[in-house]
Amino acid sequence: MKFFETLGRYCILMGKVFARPEKWSIYRNRIMVEMEALGYNSIGIAAIISIFMGAVVTLQMAINLESPFIPRSLIGYATRETMILEFSSTVVSLILAGKVGSNIASEIGTMRITEQIDALEIMGVNSACYLIMPKIVATVLFFPLLSILSMVIGVFGGWLVAGFTGIMMPDDYVDGLFYCFRIVSIVYSLVKIAVFAFLITSISGFYGYYAQGNSLEVGRASTKAVVISSIAILIFNLILTQLILI
Amino acid sequence: MIRGENIVKIFDGRRVLDDVSVKFDAGKTNLIIGRSGSGKTVLLKSLVGLHEIDEGNIYFDDLCYTQLGFKERKVVRKDIGMIFQGGALLDSSTVEDNIRLPLDLFTDQSFEEKMERVNFCLKRVNLPNANKLYPAELSGGMIKRVAIARAIVLNPKYLFCDEPNSGLDPMTSIVIDNLIKEITEEYNITTIVNTHDMNSVMEIGEKIIFIHEGKKWWEGTKHDILQSDNRELNDFVFASAMAKRAKANM
Repeated sequence: MKFFETLGRYCILMGKVFARPEKWSIYRNRIMVEMEALGYNSIGIAAIISIFMGAVVTLQMAINLESPFIPRSLIGYATRETMILEFSSTVVSLILAGKVGSNIASEIGTMRITEQIDALEIMGVNSACYLIMPKIVATVLFFPLLSILSMVIGVFGGWLVAGFTGIMMPDDYVDGLFYCFRIVSIVYSLVKIAVFAFLITSISGFYGYYAQGNSLEVGRASTKAVVISSIAILIFNLILTQLILI
Repeated sequence: MIRGENIVKIFDGRRVLDDVSVKFDAGKTNLIIGRSGSGKTVLLKSLVGLHEIDEGNIYFDDLCYTQLGFKERKVVRKDIGMIFQGGALLDSSTVEDNIRLPLDLFTDQSFEEKMERVNFCLKRVNLPNANKLYPAELSGGMIKRVAIARAIVLNPKYLFCDEPNSGLDPMTSIVIDNLIKEITEEYNITTIVNTHDMNSVMEIGEKIIFIHEGKKWWEGTKHDILQSDNRELNDFVFASAMAKRAKANM
């Protein structure tokens, strides 16, 4: 019962979030600000994780595909597929759920307990729309760019490790990267991360918006936001994979 | 004029407001007083619609606020200014942006016109050079003054103040009290101040309502309050040394 009650409150909040804004120009500016705060400022962490994961995946492939019957270029192919299909969308989203999700929940939660949201409501502002909608739009637009960046940096990390450790010829690695390339894999990945961006931002916004009490409660709301966002990402990953790829 | 009729507010089965009927006059500084936990903040938040009341009606002039829908309430809310206990300024915005926000959202003024209004309001609260400061850089008194500036920027008809003096030293409290009183008279606003500060009661209280255990216990003026024989009111009022002295001098 509690699940359906929470789902109902979430749906009602989303109704408020996607109501007609008071003035589009203000919201446009806020979307740009949120793009910088939630998207641009996440480039660093996405890039660092991607380059190391690309390198590690290449090393693992090289170790586990050690056979004269398997062409070495397959290592590049496997790294590319891993990075595109799962890492750049699902794993990056799980990491961003921690970084961005906790940020959103604690920011909005603090605004709730310090009556800043009440102040907006008294002004006649739709506070849910004003605070959450620009964040959702910003992440849904920006996270796919982060995903593309993660794909590129990830396969580059693999190429670097191939070249510097000598486990394989970098040319073989590049051949593998271009082997049997399907654009649908990229589209699948970008659709996934856009959906995950919506889930992370809306769920975190929901827990922040309904935070009550004191700073302890804001901390709890923040933790809950990250956990529930992560579970939602995993469930929707399964659903979207079934729908798009199979 | 703001009127509340038979207001009942229940939290978790407890009647926090029990059949409270109140009337606040236009152009006057109306005070709601009472001990901590008596229900005065709930009453104030119920009047502005931040809490949905369980029974009763609230009228802004002749408009029944409780029967209005979300969109119609938004129109009324543009006539309401509110000063919260902690100021409730948006942390991520400068003083200037905080005050300009209602103008940005609800007017079609040019940027220059909006800035002129912002600077006028800042000057009115004696903070002429605070435009670019963030709330974290302000003192408690400055935060309250910026909150007043933001509350009056759209020329409201109704001003609600939730414990405007909490956390302030006595000197700054007097400055804030006088500012609220001056603004009320200047713009003929219906002002409701929620307080348990007896200095405020004696300084600015024109009409006073005493809330005790969720009920309206007493109503009168600051002159009546010292002569009342209501026991609960006297316990509250004469807990303050200043009020005791005032009574002794009568």
